[in-house]
Amino acid sequence: MASGDDGFEARLQAARARQGLEQPDVPRRQQLPEGLGSALRVGVELVSALMVGLGIGWFLDRRLHTKPLFLVVFVLMGAVAGVLNVWRVVGRSTAPPR
Amino acid sequence: MPLEQFTLHPALGLLGASVNFTQANVFMALGAALTIALLYYGSRPAAVVPGRLQAAAEMLYSFVHDMAVEQIGPEGTRYFPFVFTLFAFILMGNLIGLVPYGFTYTSHIAITLALALMVVIMVTVVGIQRHGWHFFSYFMPPGVTIWLAPLLVPIEVISYLSRIISLSVRLFANMVAGHAMMVVFGGFVILLSSAGVATGIVAVGPFVLNVLLSGFELLVALLQAYVFAILTCLYLHDAEHLH
Repeated sequence: MASGDDGFEARLQAARARQGLEQPDVPRRQQLPEGLGSALRVGVELVSALMVGLGIGWFLDRRLHTKPLFLVVFVLMGAVAGVLNVWRVVGRSTAPPR
Repeated sequence: MPLEQFTLHPALGLLGASVNFTQANVFMALGAALTIALLYYGSRPAAVVPGRLQAAAEMLYSFVHDMAVEQIGPEGTRYFPFVFTLFAFILMGNLIGLVPYGFTYTSHIAITLALALMVVIMVTVVGIQRHGWHFFSYFMPPGVTIWLAPLLVPIEVISYLSRIISLSVRLFANMVAGHAMMVVFGGFVILLSSAGVATGIVAVGPFVLNVLLSGFELLVALLQAYVFAILTCLYLHDAEHLH
């Protein structure tokens, strides 16, 4: 997939690793389960795009009096954009480099 | 009850009440003053072998400077003041909140949303300034047939706009969750220890948990300020270089 944010997450991951933030320096007992941090991040990315889609659809419907049409369309698009966001967070780290 | 700590109260008496100057504003001013004081008193000695304060100021400066240059590229120095201000402001807000009687101003969506809006508007302005109309090609992935544009462009635009929500909600939710959690466990300690001797011993559990949580919150405070700053840098990079 060629997208606007190509290499975005790779750079973020590399930068985080460079700064030593991928493994917070805390004793093992307190350390959060692997992936919980990125799992929380994924949730925020997914929901935020959905919220934007919901907002745009609701606003257009209210303006154009087309009650359910744009809401339905933009919620679906928001969901797709959310998955795209998640793909950009997670996909880069797991997919083999092209 | 756990969310009571985030209520805003007018500060500075009658004057503050009439212009809605709350304790959040007081702590925002304090955070800014602390940052300026750290940099001023830290850079004043200008010793070759820095003291503790000078080392702290120089580390903060060079940490953000390196981050900006590494992430954005050579142009990063132009955006360094912006990124540094943002980072210092958020970091101070997060850290002040960990001090007893301190107020975490970053725990309010109004503030984090304002910061995120500032970032996204700035990124958009930078993109348009650097590339003109060509900036909007950012929303059309290259190498895709034109027929898919009506579908892909809105999705890319939503993805772009969702940065505002994800940036602001991530910071706000992390700060609210951490502080609410600490109040809940603190409440357990008070309830258990006031109920009797037997439950008083049990109260050690949530107390220990709260001590550990304080350390964890310090990590979260630093991490969230860092994440906000580095995402700002990455967005600025995208605006500078478009892909």
